[in-house]
Amino acid sequence: MAEIAQYRRPAIGTQPDYWCETYVSTHKRSPKQPLILLPQTLSEVTGPVFGHDDIQSGDADLTTQHAAAPLGERIVVSGRVMDDRCHPVPFTLIEIWQANAAGRYLHHNDQHDAPLDPNFTGCGRTLTDALGNYRFVTIKPGAYPWRNHHNAWRPAHIHFSLFGPAFATRLVTQMYFPGDPLLDFDPIYQSIPDVKSRQRLISHFDWDNTVPDTALGFRFDIVLRGRDATPMES
Amino acid sequence: MDMTGSQTVGPFLHIGLAGLYRNDLRAEGVEGQVVTIRGRVLDGGGIGVPDGMVEIWQANHHGRYPDPQDARDLPLEPTFRGFGRMATDALGEFRFTTIKPGALPGPNGSTQAPHIVVSVFMRGLIKRLATRMYFPDGIGHASDHVLQLVPEQRRASLIARIVDGDPENLEWNIVVQAGAHGYDETVFFDI
Repeated sequence: MAEIAQYRRPAIGTQPDYWCETYVSTHKRSPKQPLILLPQTLSEVTGPVFGHDDIQSGDADLTTQHAAAPLGERIVVSGRVMDDRCHPVPFTLIEIWQANAAGRYLHHNDQHDAPLDPNFTGCGRTLTDALGNYRFVTIKPGAYPWRNHHNAWRPAHIHFSLFGPAFATRLVTQMYFPGDPLLDFDPIYQSIPDVKSRQRLISHFDWDNTVPDTALGFRFDIVLRGRDATPMES
Repeated sequence: MDMTGSQTVGPFLHIGLAGLYRNDLRAEGVEGQVVTIRGRVLDGGGIGVPDGMVEIWQANHHGRYPDPQDARDLPLEPTFRGFGRMATDALGEFRFTTIKPGALPGPNGSTQAPHIVVSVFMRGLIKRLATRMYFPDGIGHASDHVLQLVPEQRRASLIARIVDGDPENLEWNIVVQAGAHGYDETVFFDI
């Protein structure tokens, strides 16, 4: 049988290590043994297939999921999902979740003393289109404190979960906002060693997708692993 | 273009990810041996991880993945999706009911023993952990190239064990970090 074309591995510095000194929760939640390098097999180059049956209309607009509009600054978050050679990743599922405008999550474990918004859940889903494009309408999340260290605050962010075409391409990340002064002090953002890679997690203000009189636009492009065209020689 | 950096799911992952919870992969028209897999996700302190999530991906009973990229001429069961996702509970426990997958092709004409590929996510984990679960019957393990990459003394962490003598009732724990608790760290793969 022919060998299988492989998904390329991320360049050094572009991904965080499991253990991060300043992000305290990693200390007991990171493996001590080195990972074992695995040549990808059929199990890693295939992956679950999601389609329009897995989402509902309205899932991509987090501002219209309740009786009234949520409080906060309405924004459009859009971008393109592609591989590392700029090929679009079409029809892939994106799941997002976030805090409300006051920096509070609709979650029983969130003890932050900020108000919940009865008109905001903070959950969205969509599929990319044939060109890898996606678009959400939401509100800008607030910053919030956490217990990692004294006076620790998370910069405003939106969580993104993506599958891509294979088990090997699964990615969970966070999107940040330009000019946020908290980024310099955030161990999670800073966990990515390479400065340019880190900065790619910051969305760009996006005039083209700003909706006049309605919402400011932010652009966040996401790059998944790409696959070699031909199998490795063994 | 460099790949986008990974970030943790954080403690509130359930808000965004609960919509796809699926811990029963059985469906009408799906053949094969039903198995229930129970386990705990444990951290380096031996504590169950209450804010984690486990995802699984597997072939059907015939060894065919429900993905058009697997174009081999084997029976495809339209109701079998091969994907499972479950959050851990307050004790760090998870459970899946599924079908034992068939054997799969491996490198250089080899055959991979039946297995399920697994992703683990949690607060405090900045990028997903990838591992595999194999079945306790041991069939095909000696010629499985992935198991052979793993030092012999660590292989047991990838193999579920039978509970109460019932081969449909399996236990498989995911130990994120070795520690004073004495459990062996699960083998994780750089895929």
